[in-house]
Amino acid sequence: MSGWLLALIQLMIFVLGAPFLVIWIKQVKCRLQNRRAPSFAQPYRDLGKLFRKQVVLAENASPLFRMAPYIVFAATVLAALTVPLIAIKLPTAAIADMLVLLGFLAIGRFFMTLAGMDVGTAFGGMGSSREVSLSSLAEPALLMVIFTLAMTAQSTNLSSVMQYLLDVGVVLRPSLLFALLGLMLVAVAETGRVPVDNPATHLELTMVHEAMILEYSGRHLALMEWAAYIKLMIFGVLIVNIFFPWGLATDATLPALAIGFAAMVFKLLVAGVVLAVAETRLAKMRVFRVPEYLNLAFLLALLGALSHIILEVGV
Amino acid sequence: MSAYDWLPDFLDRLKADNVLLEDDSITALAKVPMLILEAEDWGRAAAQAQAFGLRWMGGWADQLDEAFHVSACLAHQHEVLVLRAMLSLEIPVLPSHTPWYPGADHMERHTQDMYGVLFSDHPDPRRWTRHHAWGENEYPLRSDFPLAGTRPGPMPTDHNYRYLKAQGAGVYEIPVGPVHAGIIEPGHFRFQAVGEQVLNLEIRLGYVHKGIEKIAVGRDAPGLARLAARISGDSTVAHGWAACMAMEQAAAVQVPERASYLRAIMAERERIANHLGDIGAICNDVAFAFAQYQFSRLRESWQRVSQQVFGHRFMMDCVVPGGVASDVDGAGLELLRSGLEPLRAELVELMAILDDNPSLEDRLATTGFLSAAIAAKFGATGYVGKASGQDIDARRDMRYAPYDRLEVVVPTSQNGDVQARMHIRSQEVFASLDLLTQLLRDIPAGEIRSDWRTASEVEGIAVIDGWRGEIMTYVRFDADDRIARFMPRDPSWFTWPALEQLIHDNIVPDFPVCNKSVNGSYSGHDL
Repeated sequence: MSGWLLALIQLMIFVLGAPFLVIWIKQVKCRLQNRRAPSFAQPYRDLGKLFRKQVVLAENASPLFRMAPYIVFAATVLAALTVPLIAIKLPTAAIADMLVLLGFLAIGRFFMTLAGMDVGTAFGGMGSSREVSLSSLAEPALLMVIFTLAMTAQSTNLSSVMQYLLDVGVVLRPSLLFALLGLMLVAVAETGRVPVDNPATHLELTMVHEAMILEYSGRHLALMEWAAYIKLMIFGVLIVNIFFPWGLATDATLPALAIGFAAMVFKLLVAGVVLAVAETRLAKMRVFRVPEYLNLAFLLALLGALSHIILEVGV
Repeated sequence: MSAYDWLPDFLDRLKADNVLLEDDSITALAKVPMLILEAEDWGRAAAQAQAFGLRWMGGWADQLDEAFHVSACLAHQHEVLVLRAMLSLEIPVLPSHTPWYPGADHMERHTQDMYGVLFSDHPDPRRWTRHHAWGENEYPLRSDFPLAGTRPGPMPTDHNYRYLKAQGAGVYEIPVGPVHAGIIEPGHFRFQAVGEQVLNLEIRLGYVHKGIEKIAVGRDAPGLARLAARISGDSTVAHGWAACMAMEQAAAVQVPERASYLRAIMAERERIANHLGDIGAICNDVAFAFAQYQFSRLRESWQRVSQQVFGHRFMMDCVVPGGVASDVDGAGLELLRSGLEPLRAELVELMAILDDNPSLEDRLATTGFLSAAIAAKFGATGYVGKASGQDIDARRDMRYAPYDRLEVVVPTSQNGDVQARMHIRSQEVFASLDLLTQLLRDIPAGEIRSDWRTASEVEGIAVIDGWRGEIMTYVRFDADDRIARFMPRDPSWFTWPALEQLIHDNIVPDFPVCNKSVNGSYSGHDL
């Protein structure tokens, strides 16, 4: 029973902590650009404001348009449920399969792209078409990362993978290094950050993710935004907890959980700084460069799988 | 090179083409020679002018008691020539210049909309400035149209403007604007695209038509200067100066030397402020936000000094007929001087960062290429023209005070892409800093304003180089020293069509950065 409670608490931390990760990245970016940052409460205030605001619907919006935010949000929260945040071996580990995670994210994306096209504005359709063509390249790369990990840990279960990597300790494996690089590239593309997409732009013609949710307002928009925050957190946690699993609680004692929490916070803060530095250094890519970028991610993941087979099998 | 030594040759060519030229055809508009043509010769004169290599600088119409006067301003070897035709009020029809000068397209349609003067062989009969808020036979600039406008009732929607359509598998249309997500001026952009590739872009403007030309009528000289300062807020000094210079030409008022220096100081400060803002904005459009914040900071502190010294961040209403509104004391000049070197140093540092960033270069280089031929065809000036090999700058070419005694460096490039337009801006900032150093060193003591002299039934024309490019302004005074006609021609008239051209073969998501690199003025164009 306490296991389920723990899983629930972990999910709450995930969902409520996601906006914090976003504002942390923004804070670091602002520092790097020599300007004052908004307060840490800002994304929470924004979400609160949107939840209180009236929803404005286009006349020709179908029920799908109204349902999509709930489906997207629910799918993203379920995806978050599969990712061990501070402890492994929770009851949710039973469904913590990487392919399940991918499936939940795909459901979210499917409904988001449909909703983007629903109202029939040029921008929504444009955003959806871009999103689909990008994800058709990002997903294979992500799958390849997963295969590399699965071959290493003999499991596609996230909890087992992390457990395995914790047990064998820190060994610099080329396959994991390649997989890490591949996953980092995919994460940037999947979460719509610079240099693939610009979450801060007002230029409709350049948008990908923002273009799809352009017609949303009020609580619908809040759910869509929040889902995007959670997705960013999911990828952040995947990167830090798979490749740097130290500190993850393996039993449900209070000290272990406290260490797990502190380690998770620290690792995510560092990951946020890395992302913020990259976003400050880089301009957004030309849309036609993104396939090359994602091909690179795929290639790295493939190299990871190959180097596992060639170098590490039987070691 | 003596003044206008090419003119006899040009006249010979016109005569050879049977353009009717009488002895009294050649008159003068202020200091500029003017040819009076028969209406039916209007198109042939343009053909000859184009063949002779004249540059089209602007066209306008005017209604005098018995006739419409249609004028066009052309330039050759930095000297200006005005062509004029008189049309009867009953049948105001004449051939068009557009077949020879594509840049004349919008201005002729503007004239057609505002006066009902028909350009018979104009390739595009659609309305331009006059949207459907006005009825079929309402021509706002005609003298019988009331100054206050007509019906203030609800406007019919502007729905039947026929955009060019592209057809084929996978071809689709993207309408953007006139209301945009960012806080920018209104304009409608209609893309025909296949995939991400732009097949064609059509720009529809006129949404910020304020009736500048109409409300200028009846103003006195200081009133017109105030109006001109509001044509386009970012070019307030340039437009104010152009209007004042045109009026001073008309009234033969000499501007004191100190005043011309102060005007130039303000114009260069305006140029620097806008270029700084633009460089940051171009980078921001490709999500390189670092540059945006750094350049915004530089621009802001620069404008705060303007506020301190001239009393206004944009230096609005500082240029007045006959001189400038207020003098700058020694402490003010010292403050201006002390800001030059720090800005130069920061700019050197920042431009090095921008130039060293491969991801930025990847986005800006080769994007939005405008060939020199197309830039020349549409008459693009300013940074758009200079980045495409158009070596035109009125400060150097027209030698107006105080630039006639300064060394004006005009940067040009043949690259024609967004990066070139950005670099022209930074080079112009450095050149302007040099100019400011000279201006602030050499500024003479003396009066800052000449007394305004009454001017009746005279015309004036002025060409100056604003930060956006060449501005041409025409004014005519009536018998009571009041403005009868005012036509400020912003460089945006020619850079908007250039934008339609340079976007070809680019991808849809690159449009914003192309647009920002051109940064045409909506307000200056719509009037």
